[in-house]
Amino acid sequence: MENLNNNEYQKFADKKVPKPTYLKNVILAFLVGGAICTIAQGVTNFLESQGYNEDLCGMGTSIVMIFIGSLLTGLGVYDKIGKVGGAGAAVPITGFANSIVAPAMEFKREGFIFGVAAKMFIIAGPVLVYGIGSSIIAGLLSILFKG
Amino acid sequence: MDYIKAFIVGGGICVIAQVILDRTKLTPGHILVSFVTLGVVLGALGIYEPLVEFGGAGAKTPILGFGYALAKGAIKGAKADGFLGAFSGGLEAGAGGIAAAIIFGYTMAVIFNPKTKD
Repeated sequence: MENLNNNEYQKFADKKVPKPTYLKNVILAFLVGGAICTIAQGVTNFLESQGYNEDLCGMGTSIVMIFIGSLLTGLGVYDKIGKVGGAGAAVPITGFANSIVAPAMEFKREGFIFGVAAKMFIIAGPVLVYGIGSSIIAGLLSILFKG
Repeated sequence: MDYIKAFIVGGGICVIAQVILDRTKLTPGHILVSFVTLGVVLGALGIYEPLVEFGGAGAKTPILGFGYALAKGAIKGAKADGFLGAFSGGLEAGAGGIAAAIIFGYTMAVIFNPKTKD
């Protein structure tokens, strides 16, 4: 071991660094994200069978999925799904719910106003700012270009 | 069949996000913010609509779909009520989801405590 020069050491160290698991990550993201969306499709189909119109089905599905995401985050289950699924768990609307509940729980000791209520929006806040902000611009542009 | 389409479209969108996460220094927070904005842009340009028609919940459930719904609502509002509608339309379309996120998020955060890491 003592006889290793710099170059050899670098090779030795490179071997010990964990190989990036890009392919595995991508496959797991696909499976987890796909599964969450399939559940959402099931909720949508159920709401459709109850006679709700398309807009209400979409909204109802969001509400149900956000409920599921919040509950599973509270139970500590969503963290485990996130560890396996990566972006597959983060990108669906359940991941948005997770981004609200996780910091809110974490900062509860700082109180219910500046702890829970404020930290809920640490990621959801920027999402709403950019999402709603750009939707207003889109709406205004649609007036300008369509007359 | 719509389940398979939802699985493929939803999974595919998550794969794009995963590749970005693995290849860049961006965090899931960055992904959520940029994907919702991208969803607004794609929705406003009418590019996302075919994906929603094909993938159903597979296109609506990822945060891209939230952006799409905001854009669609704002444009619909602008068409119906002009400038004022452009301001209110997006939030109206997202109202259910945002309200659910607030009430369920708050309730769950109050009821449950973070699990100790193992």
